Amino acid sequence: MAVATEAPIRVVLAKLGLDGHDRGLKVVARMLRDAGMEVIYLGLRQTTESVIAAVEQEDADVIGLSMHNAGHMALAPRMLQALADSELDVPVVIGGIVPEEDVAALKDVGISAVLHPGASALEVADAVRRSVA
Amino acid sequence: MTAAGPAAALLDRARSGDRRALGRLLTLVERRDATASGLGDLVHPHAPGDAPVIGVTGAPGTGKSTLVGHLVKEIAAAGEQPAVLAVDPSSPLSGGAILGDRIRMDGVAGGRAFIRSMATRGHAGGLALAVPDALRLFEACGFGPLIVETVGVGQVEVDVTRTADTTVVMVAPGMGDAVQANKSGLLEVADVLVVNKADRPGADDVRRDLEHMLDLGHITGATQHWRPEIIMTTATTGEGTLKVHQAIQAHRSHLASTGQLEARRHARIRQEVLDGIAQYLDAAVAHLLSTQPAELQDALEGSQTPAAAAAKISKRLLSNQPAAQRQAR
Repeated sequence: MAVATEAPIRVVLAKLGLDGHDRGLKVVARMLRDAGMEVIYLGLRQTTESVIAAVEQEDADVIGLSMHNAGHMALAPRMLQALADSELDVPVVIGGIVPEEDVAALKDVGISAVLHPGASALEVADAVRRSVA
Repeated sequence: MTAAGPAAALLDRARSGDRRALGRLLTLVERRDATASGLGDLVHPHAPGDAPVIGVTGAPGTGKSTLVGHLVKEIAAAGEQPAVLAVDPSSPLSGGAILGDRIRMDGVAGGRAFIRSMATRGHAGGLALAVPDALRLFEACGFGPLIVETVGVGQVEVDVTRTADTTVVMVAPGMGDAVQANKSGLLEVADVLVVNKADRPGADDVRRDLEHMLDLGHITGATQHWRPEIIMTTATTGEGTLKVHQAIQAHRSHLASTGQLEARRHARIRQEVLDGIAQYLDAAVAHLLSTQPAELQDALEGSQTPAAAAAKISKRLLSNQPAAQRQAR
């Protein structure tokens, strides 16, 4: 019988708003599963409210958002604001198509990590682990 | 227990409607650590076991989560406060899990329930070990009815029947013929049978096979007290899901009127005590083996069979004697 000495990291994975490209998110879900994490997969067309409801009910350690619609500079701060409004201290990791010049700005507003296309399974898992450390 | 302090505060918050506090408590329950066992005592007076528990089970991809989403909607419409435990399997290799039930439920249920996804974390049988404690926690926080969705199961994972008052078994077309329908296991524990994907070819054949199975149960006496209703649904559209809710309620009334509700509750408690003892023994055995007892050494060296070693070690364990010949590792 497995001994639950260390509880797995619980990650909520979602895409916000109108952004139909969920292949990357599915790949990331699998990477995190194989890294021993529990992935609560919300998938497409989520809102900041639905993500927050899931984080509360699932007691998630970290949020992973996939962004492929160039909306990251609007949506990421909106997610962080919604978290702050709910007094939730949960790190947010972003993955997807994010131009290099936006990364610093996103980190400035409080995004824990930004993962680009081609990130290895190891890099993805590491970024998530570091965000909750 | 000193650790019960923060748990007590969390429970107070959760009982007054703080969902985040409840989420955190469920995590404690899942970890099954000392804090959680203190929590059990705190929860106990508030969880008399009156909240109806509905189990939903069936093979992977038969539509369990989607149906649960509809049930949540029906239950909420009836003015009650449903909560859901959605169990998915943990990887036997990495320990990780993809918990993908919520994605099906949310769209239908629209935030009308507290939904918690739970990984099995190495527990076989279709549920997670923490399910009974989590259900009590839900009840203590005013939720009910409670829905437990099992992992996608095959034929023998019937743990849910020990947890639920009413077990809904879902099947879909294309999963086998009348011989399959009469095999032992999942189908015979159903209180309500749902043929989902009723819009697909073959759904009527499934219904017919199930009817025959139940007819044969009538001959042998297996279904003399309760014959499960067979309900055709298309969960994606919601067709037939109201009937499922009604059938669940009818079954519960039947249980109440025949005194079986109490019998099932006792069986449940008995099972939990049994599970608790098994867990306790598992840990004790693991500890004993880690001390490299002489019998294990003998078995390793081939001077006695593994079965003989096991018998001797077990006898010693049950007579509560300390490991006699403990060797340096």
